[in-house]
Amino acid sequence: MKRTIELNGNRYEMPAEVGNVEELLSHLELAERIVIVELNRDILAKDAYDKPINDRDQIEIIHFVGGG
Amino acid sequence: MSERYSRQELFAPIGEEGQRRIRATSVFVLGAGALGSSGAEMLVRAGVGRLSIVDRDIIEWTNLHRQQLYTEQDVVEQLPKAVAAEKRLTAINGDVNVTGIVIDVTTQNVLDLMDGHDVVLDATDNIETRLLANDAALKLGIPFFMGACVGSYGLTFPIGIKEDQPCLHCLLETLPSQTLTCDTVGVISPIVVTTAARQVADMLKYVTGTPFEPKLESADLWTGDRASIGVASMKKSGCPSCSENAVYPFLSARESMKTAVLCGRDTVQLSWPGSRKFELIPFADSIQGTVSKLIHNPHLVACEYNGHRIVLFRDGRMLVHGTKDIVTAKKIAAGLLG
Repeated sequence: MKRTIELNGNRYEMPAEVGNVEELLSHLELAERIVIVELNRDILAKDAYDKPINDRDQIEIIHFVGGG
Repeated sequence: MSERYSRQELFAPIGEEGQRRIRATSVFVLGAGALGSSGAEMLVRAGVGRLSIVDRDIIEWTNLHRQQLYTEQDVVEQLPKAVAAEKRLTAINGDVNVTGIVIDVTTQNVLDLMDGHDVVLDATDNIETRLLANDAALKLGIPFFMGACVGSYGLTFPIGIKEDQPCLHCLLETLPSQTLTCDTVGVISPIVVTTAARQVADMLKYVTGTPFEPKLESADLWTGDRASIGVASMKKSGCPSCSENAVYPFLSARESMKTAVLCGRDTVQLSWPGSRKFELIPFADSIQGTVSKLIHNPHLVACEYNGHRIVLFRDGRMLVHGTKDIVTAKKIAAGLLG
């Protein structure tokens, strides 16, 4: 089934192979980074990254970078 | 001179009283690179009373597209950033007491440097110094306006504004082995200015006494992505940096990077504490486009970068060949590892 979510304020069509938050982070090449993830306005604990992503979910991801 | 700030005073949330408070503020700017240039210029124009800006580096051609305080002449003269910044900032607003300090900020000097200021603007280029500054600011009770950016992406978070909010140490559960840096993925000036603008806006709200809820915020000016997350729930009751029983681990030598000049070898060794784990393959991948003669095996990554032979060992040691200068070596490490 096609799933459309809101990712960091933008409409985002979920790739078929991405089922949960962990897979989304890998898909976005953020798996190696330190990230803070909010799913439907709640911060997601690291051990809950296997939570499935549903149609119309709202996700915000902030990753830490070094530069300045 | 009274007209000078009239348009800022006309802005109702600031007003004359807010302007007096800005004038009474003493700012410590940690780093005179991109964020430091942009943030310090805004603060000096806004009319703070005193601004200290510290940096260990000199100005290079690769800085000029985004580090707005500097000119071609500064590069030709090989001026330290802190010196050129002081000169330019004083020219912009002679009413502000600006001091540029050429120094490598370490566990030994950070408290003395920061003490006596009211707010800290984070404009460092690496996570290690950022965590050091987080601890120092918390220990001294000075709000710390975190900011970082690379590519077209930046993030900000004000620390030490409200007691129920986390610090940087709470947010980073584990130390990153490596973060993206301007030397590995590049950076464009619009995100520098955007990130600095958010830091300075939060700082102005704070010093003028405007209540606000600190948020972890990010923006990507290329993709249009943006996020704003309330992170109060991430405050850790036993945080070693911000809880009642804080020990400020990054201020202690044990948790900080060790440096040594290897005698007779024209080489500097940097070693990180055991809490920082290095993953060699992702590191090698990330620097592929930046360095030359890259090789890696299960024990180490070796490459050439800016005329230096670099070797990173799995146990958290980096050798920087071709220099006896610790600051040069730390700069290279910050460029590659963040």
